[in-house]
Amino acid sequence: MKPAGPRTLIDKIWDTHAITGHDEAETLLWVDRHLLHEGSFHAFNQIAAREATVAHPELTFGIADHYVPTRDRESPDLDPQIRGMIRQLDDNTQRHGIRQFGLGDARQGIVHVAIPEQGLTLPGLVMVCGDSHTSTHGAFGAYAFGIGASEVAHVLATQTIWQKKPRRMRIRVDGELGPGVTAKDIALTLISRIGADGAQGHAIEYAGSAIRALSMEGRMTLCNMSIEGGGRLGLIAPDETTFAWLEGRPFAPQGAQFAAAVEDWRGLVSDSDAAFDREIVIAGAEIAPTVTWGTSPEHALPIGEAVPDPDAIADADRAASVREALAYMGLQPKMKLTEIRIDQVFIGSCTNSRIEDLRAAARILDGRRAIVPGLVSPGSANVKRQAEQEGLDRIFQAAGLSWEDSGCSMCVGMNGDIVPPGHRCASTTNRNFRGRQGPGSRTHIMSPAMVAAAAVTGHLTDMRALLPEASR
Amino acid sequence: MKPFTSLSSPAVPLSLANVDTDQLIPARFMKRPRSEGYGGFLLHDLRRGGAGDTSAAVLDEPRFAGAACLVARRNFGCGSSREAAVYALADFGFRCIVAPSFGDIFASNAVKNGLVPARVAEEDVERLLQNESLLAGHPVVIDLAEQVIRAGNEVVAFDIDIGWKARLLNGWDDIELTRAKCREIDAFRARDLIERPWAAPSNNRPD
Ligand code: SF4
Repeated sequence: MKPAGPRTLIDKIWDTHAITGHDEAETLLWVDRHLLHEGSFHAFNQIAAREATVAHPELTFGIADHYVPTRDRESPDLDPQIRGMIRQLDDNTQRHGIRQFGLGDARQGIVHVAIPEQGLTLPGLVMVCGDSHTSTHGAFGAYAFGIGASEVAHVLATQTIWQKKPRRMRIRVDGELGPGVTAKDIALTLISRIGADGAQGHAIEYAGSAIRALSMEGRMTLCNMSIEGGGRLGLIAPDETTFAWLEGRPFAPQGAQFAAAVEDWRGLVSDSDAAFDREIVIAGAEIAPTVTWGTSPEHALPIGEAVPDPDAIADADRAASVREALAYMGLQPKMKLTEIRIDQVFIGSCTNSRIEDLRAAARILDGRRAIVPGLVSPGSANVKRQAEQEGLDRIFQAAGLSWEDSGCSMCVGMNGDIVPPGHRCASTTNRNFRGRQGPGSRTHIMSPAMVAAAAVTGHLTDMRALLPEASR
Repeated sequence: MKPFTSLSSPAVPLSLANVDTDQLIPARFMKRPRSEGYGGFLLHDLRRGGAGDTSAAVLDEPRFAGAACLVARRNFGCGSSREAAVYALADFGFRCIVAPSFGDIFASNAVKNGLVPARVAEEDVERLLQNESLLAGHPVVIDLAEQVIRAGNEVVAFDIDIGWKARLLNGWDDIELTRAKCREIDAFRARDLIERPWAAPSNNRPD
């Protein structure tokens, strides 16, 4: 199906995967990769209830991340419910002949970190997973989105999915980012401007010179948070940065096949005259290191600013919601963001736990001590090995932070790593929802270097002040 | 799936915006099998005031007992893709959620479980949240075919994607629907394997 006329990258991938149906209602799309984690037990139960088989186990991959312990993995004291969740995934994948990177596997990690490392994420693929941050894989020019359990069951049974065509939004970030400004700051700035539902019903293409200049790690961070702005997915056209990162990865095409694939992938760009339903432009130079102060990712501000004052907000509903957020977070209106004291830090999650993230945090922590406790959970076993080769583990530990195994950990608290009630955590994660890191927990999200800076000072801090003079 | 045509029941006014799926069901309850029922976990921490916040306690007010409809503000069901959020709503007894906008994944999960995500203009939601008949716990009527909500003298139109409406009205089963398309799928697959040879995972490196 190749309609005439200029098309966006989003349209091109859609057209390549459309099997049948109508764009106005729903289209049946082919799925190239289906990723599973422990939460997929509901879907396997649905499959079992109808005695269905898995249509394409060779396109399906399991990985344990949401419930895995980050310390003492072999301990006999492991919570039996957690052990049960991990075993269920083992059993279900084994029963259906699905390859799995389980607890002891050298390739284990958070699905959105470890799967790209294996070369399973490729430009132009349609990828799904029962996890909203599947948008991460869009960094490679894949059309990747999160689905629910019934849809997981449907993909298991048919390798296809019904989708309504999303509207297309382009977000351009032009120019250069300032020192210390990262993809996380782009994402938070964007969400604070468009709102947590600003991109609802849309697929986002990120473009512009500041996006082109991002590493693959940075692109993954940005695409990851598309969902926090309400987007169905976010993607970036593949380029030399993408191809260089993918070459030689275990499951990527090899040798001559790789070269042939790259030829095809070069066509995965929006035509210059293609129309988008909505376009947003941000100047890279305007973006500062940004933190959240409230209970929605849209509650984000540059670190130099102050907590909003609900009394100064004209709209009564908005004022009320700001007041509720401040009450939950235990903050005073108009206090400076840098006056917010923290109890602990967390560096991890599918947003910011890749090698580049750990390097950025270690750069701030090197030769300094954290004055609050904290946990560093690398995004995958591979990231962990690489960081240890580079000596980053020693920097974290010398600073007083604990260096553990890989998993979702304190991003969602399912494995028991939680922030206690009323405690305040500076975190590299993606959601500052009430209770996200544990009942009553208070979360401020920011980049890894900003978390490191907060660890050192004990309050939210502009990390630029801690950079070596030459790089400010 | 049970077809949805219309319902008449009390509607709970939940005047919150951005109710995320972490609120609808906190992660710590998600290890349990569905057969135990998820209704008791719905909005758990906001109903019981875990952190001093009881903004969802309205769910437990006696005059809304047996409510099958929930009215909320914008961006309902944002965040995590957990279908357990829909299970909690469905097991509690809800069959229709009325809001100005929904998280995309949540809305799709809702439809798969026979729960109607009815999109209503922001000002109409505000009117419903103030509607005396609704607030008194009198039944509201949701008519899916006509796409209207009746609360007292108020009649409010709602939006829903046409594909979803057809699924809900007919109670279609997605997997059956797709299996009926097997000829189209096979034809697609035969063509696609030739056009995109690189799309399959490379098997050059065994474990
Ligand atoms: S790290 Fe957090 S956001 Fe990412 S997949 Fe795990 S739970 Fe979800």
